[in-house]
Amino acid sequence: MLSDKELEAIAVKLRRHIIEMTCAAASGHPGGSLSAADIITVLYFHQLKFKPQDPSWADRDRFVMSKGHAAPVLYAALAEAGFFPVDYLKTLRRLGSSLQGHIDMLSLPGIEMSTGSLGQGLSAANGMALAGRLDKKDYRVYCLMGDGECQEGQIWEAAMTSAHYKLDSLTAIVDHNKYQIDGKVEEIKNLAPFHDKWRSFGWHVLSCDGHKIEALRDALDKAAKTKGKPTVIIADTIKGKGVSFMEQNPLDYHGKAPTADEEKKAICELCNIKEFEI
Amino acid sequence: MSERKMVATRDAYGKVLAELGKENKDIVVLDADLSASTKTVTFAKAFPDRFFDMGVAEQDMVGTAAGLAACGKIVFASTFAVFGSGRAWDQVRVSVCYTRLNVKLAVTHAGITTGEDGASHQANEDIAIMRALPNMTVVVPADGPEAEKAVRAAVGFYGPMYIRLSRPKTPVITDGLDQEFKIGKGLLMKEGKDLTIFACGMMVAMALDAADILAKEGISARVVNLHTIKPLDKELIVRCAKETGAAITAEEHSIIGGLGGAVAEVLVENVLIPMARVGLKDVFGESGLPDELLIKYGLTTENIVKAAKEVVKKKK
Ligand SMILES: Cc1ncc(C[n+]2csc(CCOP(=O)(O)OP(=O)(O)O)c2C)c(N)n1
Repeated sequence: MLSDKELEAIAVKLRRHIIEMTCAAASGHPGGSLSAADIITVLYFHQLKFKPQDPSWADRDRFVMSKGHAAPVLYAALAEAGFFPVDYLKTLRRLGSSLQGHIDMLSLPGIEMSTGSLGQGLSAANGMALAGRLDKKDYRVYCLMGDGECQEGQIWEAAMTSAHYKLDSLTAIVDHNKYQIDGKVEEIKNLAPFHDKWRSFGWHVLSCDGHKIEALRDALDKAAKTKGKPTVIIADTIKGKGVSFMEQNPLDYHGKAPTADEEKKAICELCNIKEFEI
Repeated sequence: MSERKMVATRDAYGKVLAELGKENKDIVVLDADLSASTKTVTFAKAFPDRFFDMGVAEQDMVGTAAGLAACGKIVFASTFAVFGSGRAWDQVRVSVCYTRLNVKLAVTHAGITTGEDGASHQANEDIAIMRALPNMTVVVPADGPEAEKAVRAAVGFYGPMYIRLSRPKTPVITDGLDQEFKIGKGLLMKEGKDLTIFACGMMVAMALDAADILAKEGISARVVNLHTIKPLDKELIVRCAKETGAAITAEEHSIIGGLGGAVAEVLVENVLIPMARVGLKDVFGESGLPDELLIKYGLTTENIVKAAKEVVKKKK
């Protein structure tokens, strides 16, 4: 098992990949990828059972990235976990690449569901949890959603399904970075009382600091031990986390790639170095 | 016309689904609060563990179906055709077709013969919007026995499929047919040399009746049952077009984008012959008895006969 320090170091690597990939692609979604980097790190390097050399292993845990625009962080994790060479990350969004702008399960082993149209992932995760129950498997299913995404009606249809069928093998995580495209979630269409909404839908609700490895580990652990109902972890995050100018302008960097100069600046910050060298 | 046995394709679906449930443990069925109408209730009673009622939530039903299929299940998801195709179109597109998962959308109450419920419940555009999706297969069984064959075939066929079923009892016409049902292969129901009537669903029976009437007036009409709208049997269409020199299509669907649209696409790129489409003329339906509606909206044997005569007249 990796220590929190080691996990933190991996999160830095994922963030660096996100910056480099989106800069190379000159497009993509850095803000919502960076906010999810610690969550994805703890999932892929601590929590999930999987075998990179046997991606369709029947007993693996399933992870559904419902906020499919945060593809870069997932690709970075899959590469670091050994599903494909890290070098391939620079093909993001290129013609013919498996690293599609929004994730595509048919083009890349290790991906459980294609997404990109927001709001669809939780239903699919429910289906996987139901299948696991029918097959008497003990794999768990994880689903990561955006907070803006939770404005989609299908999320709440699915939330009812998870609770109705008492899908305790399911853990949903909300990357609660408080921003969507047009502004603050609170101002565009407020979700509050967000935690109460999930609770009233029959879920076990946990909150945690979505950038603290230990807090995420604890929450995932508690979720796995909860019986009789699904758990949602509402992880408080910062859009653009780790890159000061993105944190300060989360709206600009939702769907805009860093320029070459910005890339250097971002990497210096992330790696705590003064000069950027290739 | 001789007396024919009457069976609703949705009843045939319910019956065969329950049989298949016994034979294949990987079959899982979902419904969205319409199981008594779609007839999945028979499966639900026989295999309660493998049936999930998703409530009035079609988008969630389609997404859940995708998740189950991603774990190896053969999933039948049923609701009314309008909701399965329209309400959940983006879910069908991304969660089912883009992923090419093994989900069968077996929907009932398609077309205007849904009747009294009126326009909101009459899916007249579903073939068009389903066949536009990459990876989707679209099947419209002509009668009860063919619906059974189609559902059986669907189990042995990997990938997304839209199976379009009807509410009312319709004439049985494929019983005793000595041709095999194969997804993607049209069936020659009646030989003829002056024109070809391409039909699907309940309109195949009317096409056969129309051919009998036309024969009395000296016009020899070939009748082809195109139960699979996608992939379309292009070879058969082109061959019939070349051999008979005129064509009409007949469907219980809008003339935009359905069988008529699909056949026209093939003809225009391959053999230019006079052609006409019988179907709903870009309008919404209304409440009424199925038979009254078929008359009011131009979906009768007489409409086929009239269209047939017109295209034959246009032949050089
Ligand atoms: C159904 C759908 N509508 C609109 C979009 C365009 N879109 C992409 S990301 C986004 C905002 C999502 O906000 P949030 O879920 O909070 O994501 P995050 O801030 O974590 O990146 C929108 C509207 C989409 N991908 N899917």
